Parts: sequence; C-alpha cells; structure tokens
Amino acid sequence: MNHSEMNKPDEYDMNDSNRSDDQDSGYNSGGNWESMHNFLDALIPDDWSPSARKWVPIAAGGALALIGLSRKSAFGFTLAAAGGALAYYGSRSGETQTESVARGSVLLNCTPEEAYSRYRNFEDLPTFMKHLQSVTKIGERQYRWVARGPFEIAIQWDAEVFDEKVGESISWHSTPDSAITMEGSVRFAASPANRGTELTSVTRFDHPASDLAQTFAKLLGKDPSFLMQQDLRRFKALIETGEIPTTEGQSHGPRSAMDKAFEALDPDSSKRRESRMSETLNENWRTA
Amino acid sequence: MKALCWMGANKTSVETVPDPQILNPRDAIVRITSTCICGSDLHLYDGFIPTMEQGDILGHEFMGEVVETGNGINKEKLKVGDRVVVPFTIACGNCFFCQRKLWSCCENSNPNYWIAEKLMGYSPSGLFGYTHMLGGYAGGQAQYARVPFADVGPLKIPAEISDDKVIFLSDIFPTGYFGAVNCDIQPGDTVAIWGCGPVGQFAIRSAFMLGAERVIAIDRFDYRLKMAEEGGAETINYEEVDDVVQTLKEMTANIGPDSCMDAVGMEAHGNNFLAFVDRAKQMLMIETDRPTVLRQCIQACRKAGTVSVPGVYSGFADTIPMGAFMNKGLTMKTGQTHMMNYMQPLLERIQNNEIDPSFVISHRVSLDEAPEMYKTFRDKKDHCTKVVLDPWANGKAA
Repeated sequence: MNHSEMNKPDEYDMNDSNRSDDQDSGYNSGGNWESMHNFLDALIPDDWSPSARKWVPIAAGGALALIGLSRKSAFGFTLAAAGGALAYYGSRSGETQTESVARGSVLLNCTPEEAYSRYRNFEDLPTFMKHLQSVTKIGERQYRWVARGPFEIAIQWDAEVFDEKVGESISWHSTPDSAITMEGSVRFAASPANRGTELTSVTRFDHPASDLAQTFAKLLGKDPSFLMQQDLRRFKALIETGEIPTTEGQSHGPRSAMDKAFEALDPDSSKRRESRMSETLNENWRTA
Repeated sequence: MKALCWMGANKTSVETVPDPQILNPRDAIVRITSTCICGSDLHLYDGFIPTMEQGDILGHEFMGEVVETGNGINKEKLKVGDRVVVPFTIACGNCFFCQRKLWSCCENSNPNYWIAEKLMGYSPSGLFGYTHMLGGYAGGQAQYARVPFADVGPLKIPAEISDDKVIFLSDIFPTGYFGAVNCDIQPGDTVAIWGCGPVGQFAIRSAFMLGAERVIAIDRFDYRLKMAEEGGAETINYEEVDDVVQTLKEMTANIGPDSCMDAVGMEAHGNNFLAFVDRAKQMLMIETDRPTVLRQCIQACRKAGTVSVPGVYSGFADTIPMGAFMNKGLTMKTGQTHMMNYMQPLLERIQNNEIDPSFVISHRVSLDEAPEMYKTFRDKKDHCTKVVLDPWANGKAA
C-alpha cells in the first residue's frame, strides 16, 4: 500500500471541505451567485486550509477589483465586479461550517492485530481519549459514547459498528435516533520491514442546528485533527510503554501571579498554559 | 524538599516545594546525593530558550539512591536502595527510535511533544528540567527527583566508586564522547574542538580514546585552554589570533582539520562583525541562536570532512555558509546524546582507571549557594569550570 492510499483511503473519504448549508446560508437567492459559488467551491483544492479558503479569494478578488477599477473601461468594470464577488465569496468562507472532520495517524510498535484488539475495546478508549467520559456497550454492535464538554456538560451519542475486519479496520456511525450524527473509522496496516503498524483514523461530526451539537463543535474547537492526534499519541504511548507520559502533579516552585490567576479561574489551565506558551512561540518565530 | 527554581531570566532561587510523587507505574523517586550546573543550564538562565515557566525546577545532571519505585518497574532492573546515575534524556525503551538505540529521539517521553513539533517538525525526547517544550519535567537540582521510565535510563553504580568520578556520566562525559563519535575519527585524524568547557574537555579526551592523532582546542579563557593542554590538545586562544580558520589552516599544512566540533552552541562569542549582528538580533528576539562557531567549523573543516555539533541550539540561526558546506561535501552530525549507548562503556573506562572525570570540577558548594554559582559560572569568574552541588549541605558548607 502506498502512502497516499494510507492517508486518504477511498472509503474514508469524508470530504473535509466545509460544506455549505444552503438552507440557512441566506445568500442563495440569486441563481448566478449560487452557480458561481459552486464553481469556486469546485475550483479550490480540497486540501486548502480554512484560512487559505478565506483569504486567498479575498486577496485575489481585491487585487482584481483594483486592477479593474484602474482601467476605467467596460472590461475593467466587469473585472472589478468579478473581483468583488470573489472577495465576497472568500469573506463568507467558513461561516457555514456544518461538520468537523478529524484525521490522525501514528506508527505503533506492535502488530496490526494487537493494535486492533486494544482499540476495539471501546470501553477503554477514555483512558487515552481525553475528552471522552465513557463508552458503554448498549447492544450487539451499539455503543453509547459520552464526551465531556465545556463546563463539564456531558454530550452523548449512540453509534454502531457497521463494518469491521479483524486486525484491519473498524467503521462505525451514529444510529438513526442519535442526538448527534457522526461517523468514524480506524484502519490498521502493517508497516514495511517490521516497523510496526500504521494506524489511520478519521472521524466526522455533523453540526446540525441543535444546541448539543453546537456545544460539541465548540469542544472540538478550531482543530479537531489536533485533538485526535493527541489522543492517538497517548494510545501509542500506552501500547508501547504501558503508560501515558505526564508531568501533572509534579513539584514546582511558586508560579507567577498571572499563572495563579489562570489556575484559579480555570482548573484545566495546566494544558492551556502550554498552549499560551506555544502561541507566544509562534509569534516569535513569525518575526524571525 | 529544597529545589532550585527558575524564576525568570537571570533569576533563580532555592525554594521549599513538595517532595516528588510517583505519577506513573514506571517512575522512581531518587534521593539526590550529587547534582551539577551544566553549561546548557546557562542558556535557560540567560532566558534564551523559550517555554520556561516561573517556578520550574532546573537541573539535568544528578545521581543518588532509589527510594521508591512504581509498580510497573521490574525489581530485577531497579529496586529501592540502588545507587544510580540518571541520564538527562528520558527514553521509554519501546518505541521505533529507542529500539534502534536512538534514545534521545524517543517518541513517548515528551508529553508536550506538540510544542516542539511546532518549532522542529518532530519532537526529541523529554529532558529533565529543560523547558516545557522538551517535556516540562522537574529537574534534579533538588533533594529528590521523579525519574520516569526508570527501568530504562538510570545506570547502577557500585558502592566503591565516589560520586565525583561518576556524576558526569549523567550528561557531559557521554555528551563529549558522543561529539567525538560523531567526528567519525579515522587513524591520523586531526580534530578541532571549539569550546573548552566541560563538554569540550571530555570531547578532547574522547577524541584521543577514539584514535585521533591531534586535537586542537579553541577557547578564549587561558584556564580552560590549560586544562585542554593537560588533556593532550594543542590550543588556540581565538582572541589572540587574527583568524581562527587561517590559524587552523596553517597548523594543518593547508588541508584543514578532518573534523570540527562545535562544543559551544547558541550563545557563541566572537570578535567579528557577524557575531555582533547575531548579538543584536538575539536581543531583538529575531534570531534565537548565535552560530559564530558553527560558521567557523564549516569554513575550517577540510573538504569531505565532518562537522560534529554537541553544542545546544534551540531555534533559528542566520547566515550559515551553506555554499561551503555543500561544495566541500561536508557531513554534519548532531543531536542530544543517545546516553544509554555510552554510560556503561564509559563507566568501565572509569573503573579501569583510564580516566577520572572529576578533573573538571572547580567548585563544590551547597544547593543553597546555587543561585550565586549560576552567576559565577555564567560570567566565567573564579576560573569556574564545573559546579557540583550538595543538596543536603546547609548554607555555606562544603
């Protein structure tokens, strides 16, 4: 199996572009706009980041509009109008996000069978999936998943395994009566030359208008793939070493007043403190 | 317990903090008998490496007695009462890299791997007391330390050898040796080593162990150059010559040293224009590292030679002579030391009296005096080469 197949297997293709929801988009009144919108959607490569989707059309559209206006001709005017529409398209990008897709992969130092059987034990997933509270078996192939949302609000969905190949893959999706629509799958493939197992995982959550789902969308935050990758790294550590590395609870000297304030306000701040540091880091490197 | 905490750039203090606890099954708690200040701690002290946080316990060179083990530790590998030297890199022993003996690239020991990934693409292993980006583990300039994956790293030490002889197996002796291994020394080779701090001193002696014909050591402090001479090296005081690269040329019949080692790293001093520009950029935080020595290594190295970099770099360095590096066909080898490959063999060399590493020790003080010693060491006052701290002595003992 080659790498591109690993990363984007066909049956896992859950198109991670931000699908627009025409029902409440509010800007599909004109047929021209809609066809242009669809045309641009098709034109922009799927692997562009959301910010590229937004800012590239804005920048390109803005430039076109300026060039067009400077020509002071009929053609220039058309160009300016097209540029304006393009910029508008960019500015609306991301506003109608209706799903979040998380992808992740890790190399595990074990056989695909071992990795499969550890992962297939869904009840144990919360050990390494930090935002999961519990997974409970509720039927032959059905499980109830409970995640911890902001302010400890529990978010729950029911999902069933609809396809699995022992030692190779597991696929599951939400049951018809589930509060949240989602699908997930994980694949285990032997890495060449006894390097272990390549685990690839994809999960997609729909964001219908319900409050629950909106809360969950917030929980997943800006980058669901980042959270998934962290979960997978914890799974890797657990499989390879029998434990998950941590410094939580270790000794330290007096923290700064700012850190103490954050800690008092937010019991989860040990993690976020490091996110803050990494943001500062990014700022520094951007200027470097 | 007492612990030395980083309280901001140029500020450390000894604080009373809770004793460390076992947090994971493969942890051990070590009661520390000796601990040192490392030259790389000075990069933290000076505030040049990001993701330190006020209150972090410093220190990554320590040894002591195991006083508690987690329930995941195989008692045959490590048990309460064992006397151990703890390597500064933390390795799980089970991942892709550990299984290939590339211990300092361990995948599982850095819980904050993702911060390092932003900076480096992939994260190296966790280290003790060396930024949150590299694990955020509490360090060993304290009375006790928690050691994760304690069944992999710590090396058991027989009772009859003194702390002074083996403490440097925790970092600088293997690091100097690894620097020399990375020089790929062949019979007849000349090795040029920039930086005659403790790592440089061990690198000089290791280069001879590995068969170097000549070692040329470069520094600006006579007391360090003298120590290098005692190790058999020829020396250059770079403040007394016009051009180090030219001097090396003249010393090697215009061929150049076969390998060049940067045992200085990101805070290099220099007396040329680029070094001044680096200093200004570093102060403005638009460059993290001052690569004066690395530039000289690349320029001075003979064609198709090897540049070895045990010196610590943290981020970005400008104006690296890539043209020289490429056109001369050089090889560069670097990395945090793969400690577990070298600790046991080097312990045997100590036991066979081939080397007594305690020669680098210039100061023995109590932990209480550590904040003062950081200043002395940074300013190279009082011929300070290596500081060993006794965490149990009170005040100005020693």
